[in-house]
Amino acid sequence: MELLFQQILAGISTGAIYACMALAVVMIYQAIDHLNFAQGEMAMFSTFIAWQLIEKGVPYWLAFLITVVVSFIGGVAIERIVFKPIEHAPVLSHVVIFIALYSVINSMAGFIWDFTVKSFPSPFGSSPLFGSTLISSHQGGMVAVTLGLLLLLYLFFSYTSVGLAMRAAAANPASARLVGIRVSWMTALGWGMAAAIGSIAGMLIAPVVFLEPNMMISILLYGFAGAVLGGLTSPGGAVLGGFAVGVIENLAGTYIPVIGAELKLPIALVVIVVVLVFKPAGLFGRVVVSRV
Amino acid sequence: MSTHEETVVHHDIGESPEGENRPIARPAGANTSSGARRIIFLVLLAIALILPALLKNFVVFQLTQTMVYAIAILGLNLLTGFNGQFSLGHSAFYAVGAYTAAIMMEHMGVGYVWTLPVAGVICFILGFLFGLPALRLEGVYLALATFALAAATPQILKLSPLEHWTGGVQGIVITKPDAPFGLPLNQDQWLYYFTLIVGIILYICATNLVTSRTGRALMAIRDNPIAARSMGVNTSLYKASAFGLSALYTGIAGALGAIIVQFVAPDSFTLTLSIGFLVGLVVGGVGWLPGALFGGAFLLFVPNIAEGVSKGLSGAVYGLLLIAIIYVMPSGLAGFVQAIVNKVRGK
Repeated sequence: MELLFQQILAGISTGAIYACMALAVVMIYQAIDHLNFAQGEMAMFSTFIAWQLIEKGVPYWLAFLITVVVSFIGGVAIERIVFKPIEHAPVLSHVVIFIALYSVINSMAGFIWDFTVKSFPSPFGSSPLFGSTLISSHQGGMVAVTLGLLLLLYLFFSYTSVGLAMRAAAANPASARLVGIRVSWMTALGWGMAAAIGSIAGMLIAPVVFLEPNMMISILLYGFAGAVLGGLTSPGGAVLGGFAVGVIENLAGTYIPVIGAELKLPIALVVIVVVLVFKPAGLFGRVVVSRV
Repeated sequence: MSTHEETVVHHDIGESPEGENRPIARPAGANTSSGARRIIFLVLLAIALILPALLKNFVVFQLTQTMVYAIAILGLNLLTGFNGQFSLGHSAFYAVGAYTAAIMMEHMGVGYVWTLPVAGVICFILGFLFGLPALRLEGVYLALATFALAAATPQILKLSPLEHWTGGVQGIVITKPDAPFGLPLNQDQWLYYFTLIVGIILYICATNLVTSRTGRALMAIRDNPIAARSMGVNTSLYKASAFGLSALYTGIAGALGAIIVQFVAPDSFTLTLSIGFLVGLVVGGVGWLPGALFGGAFLLFVPNIAEGVSKGLSGAVYGLLLIAIIYVMPSGLAGFVQAIVNKVRGK
């Protein structure tokens, strides 16, 4: 029982990383209706910008703020420059552009900052939280920031006119345009916000996994899994999904003997697929009914 | 994400010679007459036949590899382009095909030719079985499920209980087959012709399939599942079969790939390979079968070209080339060819 409790706690603390990423994934899914394979790399690049600023002597929170703003602008710029010209191309072509962006950003980061592992400071320190060695104060802070972000997003989407316009543009572009919403700018805004949230996720994750160009690959996959499990239409569900993935992964690694650490990811994914077979829209997703 | 929007060949409705209601079923430059298409095919075939005599062995090997990838992409195209299902798991079927060939040849002493049908059948069964639970999933959810398959494959191949057969991390080394009947060809040239023959057979089967009743049922499901069901199409059966069939093609490609590379190891069959197939499919043209060859060539050569341009920034060069291609040809080579055909005809 002791072991179970510890593993769940450890799962929650890794789950916080995935939850952060899952939130960014849902954000972009709301705006553009598909998963962005380059999301992790965008977050990684932002984190490198923050690292560079801190190296240059900028205080942490100022660097944090600058990075979020720069990432927001970067996200909008990517949408305007790369995706606007081909907005009518088939969906799979967009997916290929994501893959291309992934490759470009990863390679650029490696070129600028090379592939050596760098440590990244944490604003919350790394002392044990509540006397437990399994969850550090940084991870506690990460959970808090993720939940705070979730609350902000909820308020933004429910109570501000821009938030409502974004939801309308994503849900029904044609009607949204008719009521005067600039749909294509809403998409760009979605990209910007996703990039900004991604950068926050990156800066929170970096103290745990260390900073290097490939740091986000597996985290993004877990983030996807969390978002899909919780339901891609529900930010709260995605955060919960992220935590759930962390816990499932940890428990599978501990309690299923042959599996071992290597098969953690596949097992977690299999569990998720099984859940999806019974709940095809995710645990908290809205079931979309289409009219024929 | 609804995958049925991304097919390329919606533009020639009302153009098809026999007045069929599904012109997407016309492969190979959807608008060209069948006579012109036959001539193009024969010219290409003639070029393909004399190429090995003119080129170095390594280039011949690369062309063979291109055809192998093309066969795998053909399989993916049947699934995505014609049935509207999305897969990131085809590296798994490719791996199963490759390991089937390797194990049969090295552990059982079976001739390489016979490994292909076996690999195909095994992959069909696996694909069909995987397709059954996947029936309930669509779009990104299906992508995630197939992604799980791709992520698990290298790890499963490394599992210790299977090590006797799979060779664990080390993989299996395969002996390269010689040309039969005393043909005056070296091994690379022979494998080139062998792959060419297999590829042509599979291609003809695919074109016949998509123009058949079955093909029309698959496309009906892609375009409107509910309408297809109410017309009496057994959607579950067809979708699972499409998965199986697609896996069959990819499995045969995997077996051929193992034979020509002479080596299989778990880490050759990662998600990267699946993503590569997807990229190849899109640059070739979703829903246009001949595009597979272009996709295969892209998959093999473009990373090398990028490496040649800049070692440090090869990933960036690759990505930019990919973006450039999508800008020029948003629907892949298929849309490009279509535009040229239309232009030539003065439309």
